[in-house]
Amino acid sequence: MNFFLVLEQTLNGLQLGVMLFLMAAGLTLVFGIMNLMNLAHGSFYMVGAYLATYFYQVTGSYLLGVLLGLAGTLAVGVAVELVALRTLYERDHLDQVLATFGLILFFNELAAMIWGRAALYTDIPDYLSGHVDLLPGLRYPLYRLVIIVVGLAVAALLWFVVARTRLGMLIRAGASNRAMVAALGVNIRLLYTLVFGFGAALAGLAGLMAGPIHVVQPGMGELILIEVFVVIVIGGIGSIRGALAGALIVGMVDTLGRAFLKPTLATVLSPTAADAAGPALASMLIYLLMAVVLALKPQGLFPARL
Amino acid sequence: MKKKYLHALAVGIAAACVAAPALAQQKVKIGFITTLSGPQGVIGEYMKNSVELALDHLGRKMAGLDVEVTYGDDQVKPDVGKQVAEEMLKKQQVDFVAGIIWSNVMLAVAPTVTDAGKIMVGTNAGPHELAGKQCSELFFTTSWQNDDTPEAMGKVMQDQGITDVYLMAPNYAAGKDMLNGFKRSYKGRIVDEVYTRLGQTDYQAELSQLRAKNPKAVFVFYPGGMGISFLRQYSEAGLRGQFPLYSVYTVDEISIPAVKHAALGQYETRYWSPDLKNSANQKYVADYRKKYGKMPVYYGAQSYDGILLIDSAVRAVKGNLADRKGMVAAMRKADFASTRGKFSYNTNHFPIQNFYLLKTVAGPVGQDPVMEIQKTVFTNHKDSYSKECGMR
Repeated sequence: MNFFLVLEQTLNGLQLGVMLFLMAAGLTLVFGIMNLMNLAHGSFYMVGAYLATYFYQVTGSYLLGVLLGLAGTLAVGVAVELVALRTLYERDHLDQVLATFGLILFFNELAAMIWGRAALYTDIPDYLSGHVDLLPGLRYPLYRLVIIVVGLAVAALLWFVVARTRLGMLIRAGASNRAMVAALGVNIRLLYTLVFGFGAALAGLAGLMAGPIHVVQPGMGELILIEVFVVIVIGGIGSIRGALAGALIVGMVDTLGRAFLKPTLATVLSPTAADAAGPALASMLIYLLMAVVLALKPQGLFPARL
Repeated sequence: MKKKYLHALAVGIAAACVAAPALAQQKVKIGFITTLSGPQGVIGEYMKNSVELALDHLGRKMAGLDVEVTYGDDQVKPDVGKQVAEEMLKKQQVDFVAGIIWSNVMLAVAPTVTDAGKIMVGTNAGPHELAGKQCSELFFTTSWQNDDTPEAMGKVMQDQGITDVYLMAPNYAAGKDMLNGFKRSYKGRIVDEVYTRLGQTDYQAELSQLRAKNPKAVFVFYPGGMGISFLRQYSEAGLRGQFPLYSVYTVDEISIPAVKHAALGQYETRYWSPDLKNSANQKYVADYRKKYGKMPVYYGAQSYDGILLIDSAVRAVKGNLADRKGMVAAMRKADFASTRGKFSYNTNHFPIQNFYLLKTVAGPVGQDPVMEIQKTVFTNHKDSYSKECGMR
């Protein structure tokens, strides 16, 4: 286990973490501020990947594909909020879960009808493929570095918007006392629609960045959604800071567990026992972590200050 | 005179009443179960298309009887598959049930069908139970036993004298079966055996570990969407040129359009390939491409064969579907123009057939890569479980 390998795996963990953060940020905002349980968040991840792939193929420009994909996911998010979710805010969480589960089925079938059930072809553009020599002896794929940079930049931007701008102030105020903000003449419905739309766009961003290295196919969003729920439970529901911390912790624990748990176990157990226990334990690790966090701090590591 | 006419009329009507249901019965009814919804529904699409193509080629008749196929969706769930099969047996009164992609679904459906006294024709899944201890006179398959394909790849790598192989598969029953099948014929050194989470989408952590171990070659089993992710990330990580990649059920004509160049140079073993040179296969591939605009895949070839196998049975008994013994005897002869060429059935009703080494190579200009046969690995290969089956 050399130093460079540990460093490389740390970068891998960071990359998985920022990806989870982009998903978790939107989900946690919507839950914390609007008190809406949205299972269909993974669908926006899929919509982002499909739209970016489609526009990349049509325009031939990766960047244009990304921008149109983002704008498209934002529009889809706003439309979903206006048409379907607006009526659900006053209902209890079970109704919301059922309705948004319906949305998952709707979006998966819609994607299958438009683009077919087979996975779509997409690729990393030439200028983002290849490797970077970070240190002598440490090469890292450029595309994954770009994901890390974009993710961290979005996190900084999000912190700035929520903590330092008027819009962010209204969002925080709307979360703590909706009636009072409305009474002061703020259009709270419009505010909710905006927050929901941008949350969807962040999920879309994660999806479109995942597209070229994962699979663009119906149902792709549900594969990552469970981990995202783990992230927001660990981080504290409704808190952006918590989402960032939770995402990085989950990304790191999952990656390092997958990489080093088996070799580490082999030093204390017999090799066959390590072979059997290693993979099983590695895939359970984040759920064990969640259980521990829930037992010690039921509100999560960074509960929202509402 | 008048009375006589009436009498004749009455007899005529009575005869018509008796004849009508009998005529309606004179149809070959087939229930075809596969996965038609969800991400895996894409496989079912290829199977259904191939069934339809086979019916086209038969003129939609078997031994002069009309053929009626009912399609069922198992949703990748054993209990749903069993329920669909029961409905087909009771409501549609089917004579044959065919299809099934997944081994766990097959283990639920096959006994349901054979216990009801009907013939089951598997067109993909080949769990070892059905090849061995739980074999049945009424169960046939047009595919293979699960272990056959990795055994063939193990032999390829053993014969080439490749040592230091790194193994990877998803952590579930079939993943372990595949690696065990591989190890049955590969006796060289294994660097490490890594199991990943079923449905995992990101393999970067495992690929970093792989590079650090510096193996001579890599053998993987990643079906469906997992394979697409894995191949893309393997290429993206720059490992393609570094460590030759061998696999089973990872690259096929369904995943190639999604990964294109990321699959180039990949080795697979298989009993069938679109470029297999025999007239039945050339007709199947050409007509499939003409009708559906895509390359067919082995799931489809097996399903096409399944319908032809049923046709051979119906023809042998001249449409007398009550003659179950006659149909089983006919099916054991495998007397039809299979897309894999001539083959025979083993005592456990699994094919004795060839296995080939395939390589993904660049296709015609502007088109997707294609898989081409490099050489024959096994000739007339029998599966490892037939001895456990009591049938002769």
